[in-house]
Amino acid sequence: MYSVNYHRAASVADAAKLVKSGDAKLLSGGMTLIPAMKTRLAAPSDLVDLSRIKELQGVKVSGKTVTIGAATTHYDVANDEKLKKACPALAHLASLIGDPAVRHKGTIGGSVANNDPAADYPAALLALGATIITNKREIAAAKFFTGLFETALKDGEIIIAVSFTAPAKAAYEKFRNPASRYAIVGVFVAKGKDGVSVAVTGAGDDGVFRSKEIEAALAKNFAASALDGVKVPAKTLMTDLHASAEYRANLIAVMAKRAVAAANA
Amino acid sequence: MGIEGIGARVVRKEDKRFITGAGRYVDDMVVPGMKHAAFVRSPHAHAQIKKIDVKKAQAMPGVIGVLTGKELKADGIGNLICGWMIHSKDGSPMKMGGWSPLAVDKVRYVGDAIAIVVAETKGQARDAAEAVEITYKELKAVVDATKALQKGAPQVHAEADDNLIFDWEIGDAKTTDAAIKAAAHVTRMKIVNNRLVPNAMEPRAALGHYDKAEDHFTCWTTSQNPHVARLVMSAFYNVAPENKLRVIAPDVGGGFGSKIYIYPEEIVCLWASKKTGVPVKWVADRTESFLTDAHGRDHVSTVEMAFDKNNKITGFKVDTIANLGAYMSLFSSCVPTYLYATLLSGQYNIPTIHANVRTVYTNTAPVDAYRGAGRPEATYLLERTMETAARELGVSPAELRRTNFITSFPHQTPVIMNYDAGDYGASLDAATKASDYAGFAKRKAAAAKQGKLRGIGMSCYIEACGIAPSAAVGSLGAGVGLWESAEVRVNAVGTIEVLTGSHSHGQGHETTFAQLVTQRFGVPLDSVSIVHGDTDKVQMGMGTYGSRSGAVGMSAIAKALDKVEAKAKKIAAHLLEADEGDIVIENGEVKVAGTDKSLPWFQVALAAYTAHNLPAGMEPGLKETAFYDPANFTFPAGCYICEVEIDPETGTTDIVQFVAADDFGNIINPMIVEGQVHGGIAQGIGQALLEGAHYDASGQLLTASYMDYTMPRADDLPSFKVSTSNTPCPSNPLGIKGCGEAGAIGSPPAVINAITDALGITDIAMPASPSTVWAAIRATKKH
Repeated sequence: MYSVNYHRAASVADAAKLVKSGDAKLLSGGMTLIPAMKTRLAAPSDLVDLSRIKELQGVKVSGKTVTIGAATTHYDVANDEKLKKACPALAHLASLIGDPAVRHKGTIGGSVANNDPAADYPAALLALGATIITNKREIAAAKFFTGLFETALKDGEIIIAVSFTAPAKAAYEKFRNPASRYAIVGVFVAKGKDGVSVAVTGAGDDGVFRSKEIEAALAKNFAASALDGVKVPAKTLMTDLHASAEYRANLIAVMAKRAVAAANA
Repeated sequence: MGIEGIGARVVRKEDKRFITGAGRYVDDMVVPGMKHAAFVRSPHAHAQIKKIDVKKAQAMPGVIGVLTGKELKADGIGNLICGWMIHSKDGSPMKMGGWSPLAVDKVRYVGDAIAIVVAETKGQARDAAEAVEITYKELKAVVDATKALQKGAPQVHAEADDNLIFDWEIGDAKTTDAAIKAAAHVTRMKIVNNRLVPNAMEPRAALGHYDKAEDHFTCWTTSQNPHVARLVMSAFYNVAPENKLRVIAPDVGGGFGSKIYIYPEEIVCLWASKKTGVPVKWVADRTESFLTDAHGRDHVSTVEMAFDKNNKITGFKVDTIANLGAYMSLFSSCVPTYLYATLLSGQYNIPTIHANVRTVYTNTAPVDAYRGAGRPEATYLLERTMETAARELGVSPAELRRTNFITSFPHQTPVIMNYDAGDYGASLDAATKASDYAGFAKRKAAAAKQGKLRGIGMSCYIEACGIAPSAAVGSLGAGVGLWESAEVRVNAVGTIEVLTGSHSHGQGHETTFAQLVTQRFGVPLDSVSIVHGDTDKVQMGMGTYGSRSGAVGMSAIAKALDKVEAKAKKIAAHLLEADEGDIVIENGEVKVAGTDKSLPWFQVALAAYTAHNLPAGMEPGLKETAFYDPANFTFPAGCYICEVEIDPETGTTDIVQFVAADDFGNIINPMIVEGQVHGGIAQGIGQALLEGAHYDASGQLLTASYMDYTMPRADDLPSFKVSTSNTPCPSNPLGIKGCGEAGAIGSPPAVINAITDALGITDIAMPASPSTVWAAIRATKKH
């Protein structure tokens, strides 16, 4: 690791000020940033730690509206009793991230801001039609995730929370990369007042995306059997050491089918 | 057996310090004035070094010195060597290219060391290493051994035309070809054994300390054989003469072969310590481990197995290309030759065998012995071929094996080895019974109802351990003898220190070796200490690899114990006024048989050191040394059965049961043996399902971290059903065969045989990852 100046922000306003110094980066759980720094692939001059800011922590459920503070850990998301009632699929998704150490340190805001193409949360937020609330504005998930590790966030803009309306039914199924255990394919299926929404992580060559083929089939009939024979095109999917685009296309259909079965269970 | 003697499940003495974080590894060592090193490494797989500019790096904060290969050469430090001479079949010696500890003119793989930076802190050393400016002229790289042999391929070393190191053969080509021609059936296969990265938990490390006052070097290093390291560094690399070089291998966190070899870093740290005047420590990070630890396996073979009309094997022909990487590592040449082709007879009566092996340079990390070293590659060929042959012949894989088993011993194979003992049918029976082999069809049908593909596979392995008779390996080209030494020191109060040339880096020697002493003299386990890993304490030793420490290392201890026992009996007979032949040692007492006359063990020891009343002419003291040179290899063998269930939608393989029935000869500590088998099987399943090193065409290692290289984890593995049915080894005094590598040798073909059985196909590449299995299923559907 290169040497770096560490700042612990006391508030969002404090963090917004600190992040202007040098080539600063915001630090939340650090589950991606710290390993990148340790292998000298990232070299910020300053780190501004958001993880101790109280106003960024915790899950709130008010009626059908769920709001999760950006610095809420995966462990807290997975184990929040209100969330488990309002949207058990998202709590379950959080319980599948990394390992216990990662879940106790990593945060939803950090994951969303990093937008790793194999991260789990982006699929959920996109399928749930969530809103990403920053210290400047509110951004719809559909406009927020703009590419591989790319988001609509401007320099120094800080995510405060994510918010969404609890769906009637939802589920997440993930097929893990055998080495990293990130998603090779993760499919989040949600059925809400605006219909069926299906978002896929781990597979798209431009990051998280919605599968029109699967949404169309499920719009008619929200049942696993509706996906028999549905073909997902492989053209815009990634090929790497662990999975070809064709394999990923197959897994999208299989995981979607399993997610729908789980959502209906 | 006593509660702490031979055969007892004694809890490992060393585990307390390991599991409480109190182990002491090289990185825990601190020497006054010690500084930290970082290596500048090649980012290119193949390039000429045009210019090295260290000025900027030298001026960086905290930097003490930046040293390059030119200065190393000027100081007379020698090239790294391969210690086993192999001659090609035309009689020419192997073509060894130069391996300078720091590359001077050319780099040959990504990670090749070019310079060392010594600085006050590790961070400063790394910062400065990045500031060393090197001008390269990139050259085309070759990573695939088969392609490296083709005309016009990039040449890795000027010494080796077409990158061919040697073209070697064993056995009889003529009779084997004739057997194939005359056969009722021939099974032919092309088989790839995938390249693996060893991944010891503790990365390699070295701390070099030059003491100016004494003109003496000390090297703490992660070694499986510190004495061999000292010998080689003295005799070949001109670091220092042996009397001025102490090598210490303290606690070492796993080796699996990768810490047998002497690498550039320990040599350079020692030399740099003298050059800079400060002790120099280097600890590899995980990326360096992936890039520069010697890799394992990487064979491509074609096989032909001939059968007569009674399904008896009449001949076996093998052609292998083995990738040795960019340089010849210390024992790289013997792995794909004498540790490999000599095992091609397996457990079977095969009248004639011929194997041809070509070893090849490529722009990849050096390849050397990795858990099993040659025997996994041989077993994989044989056991994949046997299973395939059984399917082609329409007979049960178990019965085809049984038909061909060797049943009388000693048995001379056509490929050097002379098997001394074994009962292959017993292991096969135990494994088929434990796995309910006969009930498989029912389980397959039940799985099919759930939409799952179920398969079963078998592997009957044999390996050669207890390496090795020195004269025999010397005649085959080894540069060293493969005996072991032991010294047993009985202290004046009767406690005992055993000094051994073996080295424990996970094997539990502090426990098992002490059990041997406890068994002999009846002293408590706690009063026996095992001393190893320091050339200043133990005079000489050959180290731990090839499952040799039980069969060879403990045999040396047994020999030294014989001498101690004989002297103790003489002293006791004198003190008790009895006949020497009537003295027995039991439960910590030295007795006269058939009488109530006895002395506690410590009084005999004390008498030896007070020397007030010893037999006439006897020297004081109770300390004996022995060197043991084995009479033969030992031949552990067994039968492994793997049953898998595959999800056809995702290609995921679930190992639903894994049975291991082994013959390890006599066993000192069954708990430790089971642990060795569990670990070995985990590595074997790792090779079959998960692990694989991949280079891209330009020579970049794509699997250089755990994000891409899949290590086996607990949830990838079933609960193993292990058992042993043992025939004592007649070739050593303890009847031990060795158990350290069996699991890794026997398991890969069992797993792949099960997967190919489930899918109804002939072959699938290792690692059979979900995507590979899914692609194979899709290919069968297209037909």
